[in-house]
Amino acid sequence: MPALRTPPREPALPTSTRRPARRARAHVLAAAALAASVVALAGCAGSNPLAPETGGTGDGGATTDTIVVGSAAFPEAEILAYVYADGLKAAGFDVDVKPSIGARDAYIAALQDGSIDLVPEYTGNLLQYFDAQATAQSPDDVLAALQKAVPDGFEVLDPAEAQDADSYNVTKAFSQQYGVTSLADLAKVPVPISVAANPEFAERPYGIPGLKSVYGVDATLVPINDGGGPNTLAALLDGTVQLADIYSTTPSIAENDLVTLEDPEHMILAQNVIPLIATKSASDEVVKVLNAIQAKLTTAELIAMNTRSSGDEKASSQRIADDWLAANGFAG
Amino acid sequence: MSWFSDAIAWLADPAHWPGAGGIAARLGEHLEYTVLTLLIAGVIAIPLGLAIGHTGRGRAFAVPFTGALRALPTLGLVTLLALAVGIGLLGPLIALVILAIPPLLAGAYAGVEAVDPLVVDAARAAGMTEWQILARVELPLALPLLAGGLRSACLQVIATWTVAAWLPLGGLGRFLFDAIPVRDYGRMLAGSILVIVLALIADGLLALLQRTVTPAGVRASRGVPSPVPSTI
Repeated sequence: MPALRTPPREPALPTSTRRPARRARAHVLAAAALAASVVALAGCAGSNPLAPETGGTGDGGATTDTIVVGSAAFPEAEILAYVYADGLKAAGFDVDVKPSIGARDAYIAALQDGSIDLVPEYTGNLLQYFDAQATAQSPDDVLAALQKAVPDGFEVLDPAEAQDADSYNVTKAFSQQYGVTSLADLAKVPVPISVAANPEFAERPYGIPGLKSVYGVDATLVPINDGGGPNTLAALLDGTVQLADIYSTTPSIAENDLVTLEDPEHMILAQNVIPLIATKSASDEVVKVLNAIQAKLTTAELIAMNTRSSGDEKASSQRIADDWLAANGFAG
Repeated sequence: MSWFSDAIAWLADPAHWPGAGGIAARLGEHLEYTVLTLLIAGVIAIPLGLAIGHTGRGRAFAVPFTGALRALPTLGLVTLLALAVGIGLLGPLIALVILAIPPLLAGAYAGVEAVDPLVVDAARAAGMTEWQILARVELPLALPLLAGGLRSACLQVIATWTVAAWLPLGGLGRFLFDAIPVRDYGRMLAGSILVIVLALIADGLLALLQRTVTPAGVRASRGVPSPVPSTI
């Protein structure tokens, strides 16, 4: 009888649903213990006579001496978080790192509730986040608009030269066949053009609408959600698409001899690396250290660091960050 | 709460229903993908499951194998297959077929296995061939469990096709993947609601099917401890 044979499976359910609840309770306990130890550690740090004075804008003494650096959940953001964190550590600050928190919604919320104090960001996307109506595109305009758009209690420091922006790439063969090296050359290409990019490219002003209005190119979007990753690259290389949006610091651009199209009209939103920091943590000393780091971060350096992360070496984010800091004179 | 009212407003807007990227078209695509997946998975899993159930051979392999298949992370598989076979329907289709096979296979072999051996022996003693036993005795008695496997597979397949919109495909997942980056949470929630409603309706219809295919004798004897079917 089928009906008689099934029941033995059922009892498995209650135990397996009960277990996560127990585990969740254990997590709460662990989190509480962790929070307690963080508070205790912060107390120790405060009594350390060698630690530099940080924070202290005088809003009721609610500041802590430990600077917690968070990051988005992708390798480059993680590397940058360790660059900031270990750079500050070398300068004598107490630092904690919470890498790979998630998407912007998640780590901005963490900044606002005070669980992190500092996060590496990109000017263009951060501006769009704080002001969805913003129209600035070039690095200087974006920075000026961003400084105004950042909410009270937070600030951005100096932008780096390093940019991790969207970039339109074609294969070398396509570039040579149609003589295309710039987005402005696309209008004369006689074949239909499709672009592999994240789905938001359908609506972004530097996506499909921008190609039409700025460069007069009719392109169709092939939405691939991997942020210019392996599937996007494969679609470009196998000829499914003619253009691929790949972030400018991605090692695969050079590795596959892709041609990044120039953007003479500055349609693509600038994305300079920039630290977003809680004002209470932004003491003069901290700002000085971070801005010194910012001054040395170039796009080429970011590509080199990403290559170590995603290439054969698969070095850890912290290892890459520490090597970069040592090579640039920031090691303590 | 405002996201929820945004979602309802988005669903209620008649402009969002027609057209190539409209709700009607996306629903159609989602159903099409789902039916295609279940058909292919069924053609592979059901005969195999019936054979395992009838002969008892291959059971030692089938049980751990289907268990292991269930553990495969579908998004990872979709990504990997897209790299192997290119951007298109084929990669996700293979991944989803792999997802749908375990419940169908388990439903088929468990259904046949659960048939009382006395009934099978009686059929054999009455002079039925092995094919006749399978087709006229075991299969009808296995249908309720088989339909249960189909329900479970259908639910998983409807839910998981959403993930395939990670690639340039249609279906209801488009609303989620297109809305997340532009933070249009109303549209995102509306897409989720559509997936849930579609899954519930499909599951309800299959539950009805499951009832209808349950032989009268099995239904009558449900809950009665005697293993002897009342129809013989």
